[in-house]
This record gives sequence, C-alpha cells and structure tokens, in this order.
Amino acid sequence: MAVTRQPAELVSLLERMWLIRAFEEKVSELYARGRIRGLLHLGIGQEGVAVGAIDRLAPDDLVFAGHRAHAHALAKGADPAKLLAELAGRTTGYCAGRGGSMHISAPDVGFMTATGVVAGNIPLALGAAYASVVGNRSLVAAAFFGDGAGQTGGFHESLNIASLWGLPLVLVCENNGYAEFTPLSAHTKIERLTEYAKVYGIPALTVDGNDVLAVGQAVGEGVDRARRGEGPTFVEALTYRLRGHYEGDPAKYRELAELSDWKARDPIARFAAVVADSGAFGEDGANDGVAEQQARARVDTAADEALAGPLPEPADITRYVYAD
Amino acid sequence: MPEMRYVDAIRTALDQAMQTDPSVVLLGEDLTVGGPFGVTRGLAERYGEWRVRNTPISEGTVVGLAVGAALAGLRPVVEIMFVDFLTLAMDQLVNHAAKLHYMSGGQLRVPLTIRAQYGAVGGFGAHHSQSLEAWLVHVPGLKVVAPATPADAKGLLEAAIGDDNPVIFLEHRGLYFGRGEVPDGIEVPIGRAAIRRQGDDVTIVAIGRLVGSALEAAAALAADGIEAQVIDPRSLLPLDLPAIVESVRRTGRLVVVHEAVEMGGMGGEIAASVQAQAHDVLRAPIVRVGAPFAPVPAAPELEQAFVPSVERIAAAVRRVTGRPTVATH
Repeated sequence: MAVTRQPAELVSLLERMWLIRAFEEKVSELYARGRIRGLLHLGIGQEGVAVGAIDRLAPDDLVFAGHRAHAHALAKGADPAKLLAELAGRTTGYCAGRGGSMHISAPDVGFMTATGVVAGNIPLALGAAYASVVGNRSLVAAAFFGDGAGQTGGFHESLNIASLWGLPLVLVCENNGYAEFTPLSAHTKIERLTEYAKVYGIPALTVDGNDVLAVGQAVGEGVDRARRGEGPTFVEALTYRLRGHYEGDPAKYRELAELSDWKARDPIARFAAVVADSGAFGEDGANDGVAEQQARARVDTAADEALAGPLPEPADITRYVYAD
Repeated sequence: MPEMRYVDAIRTALDQAMQTDPSVVLLGEDLTVGGPFGVTRGLAERYGEWRVRNTPISEGTVVGLAVGAALAGLRPVVEIMFVDFLTLAMDQLVNHAAKLHYMSGGQLRVPLTIRAQYGAVGGFGAHHSQSLEAWLVHVPGLKVVAPATPADAKGLLEAAIGDDNPVIFLEHRGLYFGRGEVPDGIEVPIGRAAIRRQGDDVTIVAIGRLVGSALEAAAALAADGIEAQVIDPRSLLPLDLPAIVESVRRTGRLVVVHEAVEMGGMGGEIAASVQAQAHDVLRAPIVRVGAPFAPVPAAPELEQAFVPSVERIAAAVRRVTGRPTVATH
C-alpha cells in the first residue's frame, strides 16, 4: 500500500533534491574554474535515489556509500559548507582535507563513509548491521552502490552473509546503466541485479529510481523489515547520470538520444510536477521555484564559506594516521 | 607464576577481554569449535554465537564487516586461519581499516584486531606457511605485532584489543604449543622491544620463532667467546628503533634474522634505519638472514632449507665479527 505523503513532506523532499542539484552544479562550476581540484563524480540526475531512500532512515541509522556520494551525504544531513570545504581541500572540511570527494565522511549525521573502491562499502555496512544485532540496537545500515558493484566478490559475499545472519541491512543499487564507461550488458548477462539478491533469498524489488516516492516506498519497506528483525532487503533503482562518469568525461560512449530521453525524465522536474499537483506550492503555484532559489542561495553561501577556509599545512601531513 | 602454552595465552587474553568489555567480539572460520588449533575453544559456550561468530569462507568481506562493526562501536577480533588468506582481505585491510581514521580527518576510529597464524612448519606448503609482515608494515595506519613468547602473546593481544587502531597480531604456528611463564596482570605495550640476552660483541634482532633460534646461536657463539645481544622487537610497526640503535651503538655490529624472504623484508628496513642513525659506529656491514627468494616449499627437506637455521645465524654473526670459523682450542 502506498504511503500518503503530506504536502509539507513533499516540499521537503523537493528541497533536498534541489540542494543536491545546486550543490553538484556549484561543484562543477568551481571545478571548471580551478577552485576545486581532484577527481569528482557527480550525482546529477540521481537525486531521487539518495533523497527517496535516505528519507526513510532514522537519524541514527548509518549510511555507507560509494565514490559518487555527495548526494547521499547531503541527503543524510551533512553540512554543505563543510562538504564543499572538503572538496576544496580545506582544513575546515569534514575530513580536514585528508579525504576529498571520494572519501567524505560525516559521522555526526550518520553518513559514515564513502569509498573509492567499488563495492568496498557493502561489507562495512554489513558490519554496522552486525553491530546493531550484537548490541541489541534498533540501528539499520544502508549501503549505496552502482550496477558495477554487482560483479565484485565482496557484493556476493556480503549478500550471502546478510541473508544468512538476517542482518538489518538495506542494499540500494543505483543502476545508472553504466559501470564507468561501459554498459552493464558488457559486464554481465544478468539483466536485473535483483536476480542476484533473489539467489541469496533476499527480498528484492526494482523501482523507477527517478521517482523519489517510488524509491522511498521500496526502501521504507526494507527499513521496516530490518527494524523488525526480518533481515536485509535489496532495492534496485533504475536511474541515469546526466553528467559523465567523472567531471571532464565527455561520455562519448553514450548516444545523445539516450541522454535526451533521460533528461526528459529528470527526477527533479518530474517530482516538481507532482508537488505542484498536490497543491503544496500554494494557490496558483506561487511557491513553485522557491525550493530551487533557496537551494542555490544556500549553496552560494556554503561555497563562499568553504573557499574562505584555511588550506592545510604540509607539515601536518601525518596527522590522523593513527588514533591516539 | 603460571606457566602456559602460547595458544592458551591467546585464549586467556581473548577470554579476559570479552569478559571485561561486551563490545569485544570474535569473527572467523570455525571459531565455535575452536578452529584447527583450539585457540578459541570454549569461548562460544561462554559468550554466545553472536559474539563468537562463525563466518563463511569470505575473508575479504569478513574483514570489511569487522571494520564496519568497529565503526559502529564494537572492538572486533578477526581470526585469519592462515596469514596467507589475508591476501584475500588486503583491500579492506589496506583501503579501509588502515585509512579511515586518516581519510576522515580523525572522525572515524577502527579498533580492530586481526589475529593471523603464520610460519613454515610441518610441510604445509606455499599457501599455509608464509611470513607476510613486510607487506603489512608498508601500510600507514596499521600496527603489526609478532609475539615470540606466551607472555608476550597474552600481553600484546590485550594491548591490540585495547588499541583504537587496526592491529595485526601475527602468531607463529611453531610457537603454539611451547610453554612459558605468563605473569598475572602482565602488560606489554605495543612498540617496545625486549632484550632477550645481553652481550657486547654483536646485536642480533630476530622476529617470532627465530628469537629462539637466535638465542641458541648466541649460546653456541658464547662458547667461542662471542657475546651476542639478542633483541626481540615484538612490535614491527611501530618498531622500537631506539632500542636497536642503542644496542648497535655498543656492539657496532648487527645481524637481522627473519623467516620471511630477505628481499623487501623487515631486515632491509631495520638495516637502513640503523645505518642512518649509527653508521659512525658500525664496524661491519649489517647482515640479513632471511629465507631464500622462493615460495615456501612443501617437502620437509626443502622447508628446512627455507627457514634460517641456528647454524646460518651463527655463521652470519661470525662473519660480521671477523671470526668466520670456529676457533681451535
């Protein structure tokens, strides 16, 4: 049964999606201007998955994501200024400049870590779920990964253990059709990654990842199941990244027709129409566009704050190698 | 003072840690029945099958799982049945366990202990006998210990479990059933070497089971008037370099002994560090005594040739002391 959402909740979801879109576009702009360096993987086009899924988690639940993870950190509540400062290599960033885009960590809001190793975060989430059981806690762990992760050993070992031990884990596969530069069909004969989950006896569902409510519905059921002690759930969200694999990737391996087809299914534009229909923008849609304006203003402020942060001292390079 | 076997010292340390701290959990293959050497025997009965957790044969994921559990507040101890299989977990160990504290700018901590049994004993062949400590000490963020006595096994394991960093605890199969005194309440800090024998003519640094071989060699050399100081580093990362340098400053000579192959091993690292700090007192080249550059062979005759012998250690010492042959009396 579909969960009915209040107008205010719908607006809140839209605001969070816009915050991610505005953040990623600002990152892209700052990267083009040389204010942010490094290797960046943006989540433009995939906002519906991060926001829809993480909306169903409690503040104490723990998220472990992959290398395209700005969206998940923001959706879990990370401070955009501290996140941007990290991307810009400032000591005021979440990780004091030691992490960068692919290793962001905001444990204060339950975003534990991103990882540069495809599927490397799945065992970590599994461990948090195990800790939840050992400590008799209500904590649910969530792992976000792409379709490319499905062909790794760690993915399969983790699904096996999660199922075997009945761990409170929600596995969210963001199937954006490409593992790096190559379509999924060149990586596996499996068409739906849910098939892997079913082999291990894990309830699995494929949803439209560009429909934030559909993602929330599926993940919410998984979170409830985990909370009840009924084990893991696997959600495959079909989506598309509207940028290249990384910033600077011309993505020539994709057809323009395919790109424009997915642009027409932009998760934010689609959801804004849903919110408008609900009447949540007020009479005659007066508040349409407010979420975007607010997000862009917030990100502009965050960028100013982030870029004003101090650069790290080379002499401090070995700080944080060991915990005291 | 109670005497116990090395395996029992490990079990005692695990038992006491689990009793004291409910966040300590054990993860590994066949743990509830004690594993192949009985190290964890009886613990599942005492602490339950969630805290003493049998895992599938999935080393990579199990180490990652332990890292995640550590991030979520537990202090996991993973048993890798043979260190050779730590190769399957190097990704999680190197990329997450070792780096998360650093990459997160100090926000995350990984209080994780990995016990791994190692050593060339009994003709187990190339996949159940390796000494891989040199790979591990190359990784910033890890700590690596290799106890040579039951007392150190107990003390260092307690220290490892109490440490907020990932610690690899290397236990030598050839030491498992040897006995030694284990003082009650013993504490062995990570990073502190032990002087096993005093001597002024030459310093021998030996690791793990070869501490015993070095002591045997030293006894034989003493009969020829050569007094060796034998140092057991116990902790390989961090290494107690000051203790080694202090000794070499008195003896002017250094032989480093380990069971791993010489190429790229701890011996080269120790030699480089010592010469950088004490080249002015060196009276002879620093000599390494390690395994030949080969996989560990299975046939007993070949395995015996692989592991540095008491004779090879003594011969190396005689070379650096300028007394290459046994003196005639």
